[in-house]
Amino acid sequence: MQPILELDAVTKSFGGLRVTSGVSFSIEKGSISAIIGPNGAGKTTLFNQITGYLNPDHGRIVFEGEDITRLSTREIVARGMGRAFQVTSFFPEETVLDNIRVACLSRLNMTRKTMKSVSEFTDATDKAFSILESLGLDKQADRQAFELAHGDQKLLDIGIALGLEPKMLLLDEPTSGMSPEERLLTRNLIQKLWKEFNLTLLFIEHDMDTVFGIAQTVRVLQMGRLLAEGSPEEIRRNPEVITAYLGEEVL
Amino acid sequence: MDLSFFIMQFLSGLTMATLLFLVASGLTLIFGVGKVFNFAHGSFYMIGAYLAYQAVSVWHANFWISVLIAALGAGVFGMFAEATFLRRIYGRAEEGGFQILLTYSFILVIDDLVKLIWGTEYKSLPRPLGFGGAVNIGGLTIPAYNLAIIAIGLVIVILAWLILSRTRSGRVARAAALDREMLGSLGINVPLTMTLVFGIATAMGGFAGALAAPLRSVSPGAGIEVIIDSLIVVVIGGMGNFWGAWLGALILGEVNAFAVSTVPDWASLFNYLVMVLTLIFKPEGLFASREIRKV
Amino acid sequence: MKHRHRIKEVGFWALFFLVFGLIPVFAKSEYHLVLANHILIWGMFAMAFNMLFGVTGMLSFGQALYYGLGAYWVGLMVKTFGEAWFLPAIGFGVLSAVLLSMLIGLLVIRVSGVYFTVLTLAFGQLAWQITFKWYHFTGGDDGIQGIMAPGILGNHIVYYCFTLLLVAVSIWILRRLVNSPLGLTLRCIRQNPDRVRFLGRRVRRNQLRIYVISSSFAALAGGLMSGVNNSIHPDMFYWTTSGEVILMGVIGGIGQFFGPFIGAAVIIIIQDVVGARTEYWSLIIGLVMMTMVLLLPRGLVGEIQAFMARFKSGAGNRG
Repeated sequence: MQPILELDAVTKSFGGLRVTSGVSFSIEKGSISAIIGPNGAGKTTLFNQITGYLNPDHGRIVFEGEDITRLSTREIVARGMGRAFQVTSFFPEETVLDNIRVACLSRLNMTRKTMKSVSEFTDATDKAFSILESLGLDKQADRQAFELAHGDQKLLDIGIALGLEPKMLLLDEPTSGMSPEERLLTRNLIQKLWKEFNLTLLFIEHDMDTVFGIAQTVRVLQMGRLLAEGSPEEIRRNPEVITAYLGEEVL
Repeated sequence: MDLSFFIMQFLSGLTMATLLFLVASGLTLIFGVGKVFNFAHGSFYMIGAYLAYQAVSVWHANFWISVLIAALGAGVFGMFAEATFLRRIYGRAEEGGFQILLTYSFILVIDDLVKLIWGTEYKSLPRPLGFGGAVNIGGLTIPAYNLAIIAIGLVIVILAWLILSRTRSGRVARAAALDREMLGSLGINVPLTMTLVFGIATAMGGFAGALAAPLRSVSPGAGIEVIIDSLIVVVIGGMGNFWGAWLGALILGEVNAFAVSTVPDWASLFNYLVMVLTLIFKPEGLFASREIRKV
Repeated sequence: MKHRHRIKEVGFWALFFLVFGLIPVFAKSEYHLVLANHILIWGMFAMAFNMLFGVTGMLSFGQALYYGLGAYWVGLMVKTFGEAWFLPAIGFGVLSAVLLSMLIGLLVIRVSGVYFTVLTLAFGQLAWQITFKWYHFTGGDDGIQGIMAPGILGNHIVYYCFTLLLVAVSIWILRRLVNSPLGLTLRCIRQNPDRVRFLGRRVRRNQLRIYVISSSFAALAGGLMSGVNNSIHPDMFYWTTSGEVILMGVIGGIGQFFGPFIGAAVIIIIQDVVGARTEYWSLIIGLVMMTMVLLLPRGLVGEIQAFMARFKSGAGNRG
């Protein structure tokens, strides 16, 4: 196994409250895996630390063999870490195309260019269109992003991350707020993107069908600790996980 | 520099600091509690000064009653402005910018209204009865009125501290500083609270203006001078921080007093110098709590 | 969508050159020429300001600092070394605005939101105080009179054409900028700065870039203006000057590229018509500002456009 991301005893407190407590795991390159856990278990805080939005108090985060614990978001993103957000994050007044194009331009280090129109940057534009096609948003390319339906905005958020051509992508509740039909579509789409873009994918999710449907490995967080880690089958049978989180209905 | 000169300047600085603190703490109160930046706060100071002038010189009221009238008048006017205009833009996208623009328009309107009512010439007030002279303490002659201002300032700081830490309204005010929505869910009437806080803050501005009137003459346009000084105070102290405003006012008042006595022509530049130094070494202000988030 | 932008753009330029090109021909007096010149220069100043506020979301209340700086370079150099230094002084003004805005920008961009506004205001007022008090260098409250451009530029019509050309080029450059990747990045910063960090971009660095760019155009406006009025005054640094340029932006519409230019024209014409008849000018602009913020936040151009869009979609629904 070749790890792309390794967490070693990552710990973070907010004023006495431990939100992440000695979390260690490592993620295999090219894998797709999930983090589950009750609300307030510290899942998003963990993502914030991996992406440099927060600094851990203790512990180490290693990405592709390099210690990124103290690096800034910008530096971590530049090394190939992408992220989509729980509260959908995009640029509401720009067109759908420009939302992704700005990411592609950033990837090409072109955002400083001042005298050429964005549409003249054909590499970025083509790349943005191909991402829109993969997401099924190409028909809405010229609409302003705030006009999109909620589900499409979630996809757009992922699309912005893909525009940066990340090696690893973190998705924070990609199916939240979706109808069951949309969830199924999104689940299949995530699996498709994972293969198409050669990603290592790590996602936080509450929808168990999605989790057990596509994750190769599932990790359970509870009160900031890693409670369990294993294949979907192992997690389903783990008595600790059942009492702590899954309850009866999943079985 | 001999000691008595030093003490005199120090007290003069303390007087100025007290007035600055009264204005700046109002500014910081609205910002801290209501997340509203009142660019026109200095204009309420000016309204206070003019109302005091009106009460003393035209209505021949007692000075201290005039000061209360001025504070009350500025407060009522402030509540009117909040309830009629400012309230309409809460929650709008890019609220911060529009707040500044709207309160900027208050400055312009109030400036000209003052001109319309009181004319453009400078107005000044005599010191109140019994405070016209000086007090002799250990060989130093200190203007009695300055001592009165310092004493009033002390009383207000102590009162404010008691209110903020010991009463329910104080706790509400501090909670509001955390979250407008949360307050609503606690069953507190948020719009009313906002209006009241605005009223208290502008009344403090008016109060300071009235107290300052016997020391500095007022004219239209005083609003912008005062707001810039109070802004420097909150920049030094950290925006939205009550004790920061106190420390900022103290620093600025003292720096100013000593600058006036040594380089009178360029004294006002020292205010900016303090601000620039703060910005270079502690841009979030001396008292600001550090943001938890790393950006 | 793109098509409509194209029409709007071509329309603006056609109208721009038609109106401002014909003014020297039809202007009844030199006064009208001066008025048109003011609209051009303030229009460009307002558009440059809007790069900060409308595009990037940075409300600077201190752009008068660079406007005054540009003007005083020209005034002082012409006064000290003679007319020949008029054009180089404009260049020095822009250059020094670049340097100074970089320095001040490094300080004020570390804080955001209201703080930024307040600090830009404070630095502007600082510059005003220095100019005001440094009497034997700047002429203090008297300002500097009799600033003449050299040679044929001294002719009012020639100077007007010179301004027209420079303003047109400036607006064209700003237009390119808005449509460029940097322009897109700046708009994104206004809408969602955190997400821009997750694009691997430095928000503050880009804010500094546009602050410097916008300020250098402000200095150009100041330099040009000194040749129109032939005199300069410390009030060019005063906070009301910054306030006026903000008002122009808000009236025209900060979400619109050409809006601030229209706003400048509206304010200057109102000032010409009303300002001459009343001493309560600031009451009027205060009330205008209040009306815009409360009732027409998108500005004249923005509101008209929104109205047309509603009208069109209404007609479409019926048909």
